[in-house]
Amino acid sequence: MKLQRKNRLRALSVSALAVTSALVLSACGSDDNTGGDGSEGGQKDAGAADIKCDGDGNLIASGSSAQKNAVDAWVQAYQQACSGTKINYKATGSGAGIQEFLQGKTAFAGSDSVLKEDEVEQSAKVCKSGKAVNLPLLAGPVAIGYNLSGVDDLVLDASTLAKIFDSKITKWDDAAIKKLNPDADLPSTKIQAFHRSDESGTTDNFTSYLAAAASGDWKHEPGKAWAAKGGQSADGSAGVASNVKQTEGAIGYFELSYATGNNIPAVQLDTGAGDPVEATVENSSAAVSAGKIVGKDGDLAMELDYATKEEGAYPIILVTYEIACDKGNKAETLPATKSFLKYAASEDGQKVLADIDYAPMPEEIITQVRKAVDSLA
Amino acid sequence: METGSTKTTPPPGSQDPAAEGGPKSAKRPGDRIFLGLSKGSGIVLLAIMAAIAVFLTWRAVIALGENEGNFLTTFEWSANSDPPVFGIAVLAFGTIVSSIIAMLLAVPVAVGIALFISHYAPRRLAGPLAYVIDLLAAVPSIVYGLWGALFLVPHLAGLYEWLDDYLGWTGIFEYGGGAPRSLFTVGILLAIMILPIVTNVSREVFKQAPKMHEEAALALGATRWEVIRMSVLPFGRSGVISAAMLGLGRALGETMAVATVLSPSFVIHASLLDPGGGTFAQNIAAAFKEAGDMGRNALIASGLVLFVITLVVNGAARLIIARRKEYSGANA
Repeated sequence: MKLQRKNRLRALSVSALAVTSALVLSACGSDDNTGGDGSEGGQKDAGAADIKCDGDGNLIASGSSAQKNAVDAWVQAYQQACSGTKINYKATGSGAGIQEFLQGKTAFAGSDSVLKEDEVEQSAKVCKSGKAVNLPLLAGPVAIGYNLSGVDDLVLDASTLAKIFDSKITKWDDAAIKKLNPDADLPSTKIQAFHRSDESGTTDNFTSYLAAAASGDWKHEPGKAWAAKGGQSADGSAGVASNVKQTEGAIGYFELSYATGNNIPAVQLDTGAGDPVEATVENSSAAVSAGKIVGKDGDLAMELDYATKEEGAYPIILVTYEIACDKGNKAETLPATKSFLKYAASEDGQKVLADIDYAPMPEEIITQVRKAVDSLA
Repeated sequence: METGSTKTTPPPGSQDPAAEGGPKSAKRPGDRIFLGLSKGSGIVLLAIMAAIAVFLTWRAVIALGENEGNFLTTFEWSANSDPPVFGIAVLAFGTIVSSIIAMLLAVPVAVGIALFISHYAPRRLAGPLAYVIDLLAAVPSIVYGLWGALFLVPHLAGLYEWLDDYLGWTGIFEYGGGAPRSLFTVGILLAIMILPIVTNVSREVFKQAPKMHEEAALALGATRWEVIRMSVLPFGRSGVISAAMLGLGRALGETMAVATVLSPSFVIHASLLDPGGGTFAQNIAAAFKEAGDMGRNALIASGLVLFVITLVVNGAARLIIARRKEYSGANA
């Protein structure tokens, strides 16, 4: 009897050990992965925000995951002021978000690329008397993060970046990198370039930048899927960031919030302007100003100038849009959609962005967005 | 007996009541309900399998009709572009190779552990050990994936260099110095993940090895190893094969752990240690998020191939087991 009890005790302690080690194991998984979550700190002004509530009930929207943190911050502030409205934004990805909007399942969609022509045509079905329009509400800097011990400042230009990500430059002490960083102590470590394995608007904007600013060195078609061969890949911005973080000699691209969240240093870009530009929200807003609105009839689709040489403009940016009908929105969701987007485009709404590593839209563009939101019907 | 068939010889006495009472007892409600339930379950299972197969085939046919590439040989997956171009060569290679690596690493270890627990370990160690192995099976695959990506990958460079030093000449163990997020790493991770299931099933089979055989072998003066070799292993062989196939099934279909650890790309490297490649399930998980209509159909087509591969593997396992029937428990 005594022996048996002893056995059970032992079995218990062994299993307790196993459980603890399982817990420790899962705890390992959670560190370093908080990069995308910057939503605390964005709520400072929420109480003071000037929000005009309108409409009751549920507002369902879906789309781009790149703007999820920004929309979440807006939703939180908005719902604090307007308890009658529940807003649910699902980060399904831009493609799925547009599909759901075109099927009439959601009030608006979030997307990091503008609607294609046939999508605008299809929108006549849900927007009875109008069509879907793109409303640019925020920009996100795409940082080029790197992991190179002993190198605190790294300056690269478009053509060097293109060669690095196309596996043409494979060592950190390559002459091209040395020339841009005469003072840095560059090791001969192998460069490990990380890109996204899934299709992504971030990849689209990064490759568009390479194609525009280094057309001679980047021959691949810009797009959501990574077209070049070579290098390593990882799933999602979080995956790329965590791999860059733990791999010596790595370089990769992701939204700025992942760089700050993981303490990954970001490359400064030599755009041809006097000084190299850092990836900051101010510099990104400046680069948005260099672009222009190309949409017509109330549509505010933008064309970015990736090759801009303006002083203090960081050109690798992602502009994300909300997509709604200009006329013919559903009567039950229109008031809430309108009042929510109005808040998002307001000064208060835009101010929230900088705290969570998104760039507010420059004044001349946001005024047009406000006008467009006002005229939604 | 007059109602019975005239051709067969009347069975001996013990079967008489069954022959006469059979039709009567089948009319009892309990029997009918149970018959209906069990028959229904069987039919539902077949119907679900058929529905899955029909759905996969139907969507796959749509995708294959539009595909501009060769579905079997194209090294590319651009199902969302216009025209869509996609092929499963890389995925099939990656799925099969990583699973084979996992089997080669896991099955010998699992059989060893199972034998240790069933025949060598003192009883007070065997119980807890079996319990810990059960726990391994309960860890969700995403946790294995995170452990693999955040712990295993940064610590594997040393092993890779060692393999390169001693086996680099073979070509398949050449290491170029990238972060070790390759099919080989995936194989190691999958091996850990399938270890518990292979171990548990093998252990149960070894435990059932007939005591009489073992005692007979001992009586003939066999050592413990000889006992295992002569009576336990032959008896358990088909069970171990089934166990391995169960593990292989998990390895072939594993998604999250592979997606977290592998560096996916649509190339096949000669070296297993070069980062790159992909598996069916990993590719579906990665590409589904941004897939349009055609993209989804293409992914479903690749899912159909995985379905077929799994069917073939299971069929092969059944064939092997059927051939070795003389060793199976039923005849022992």
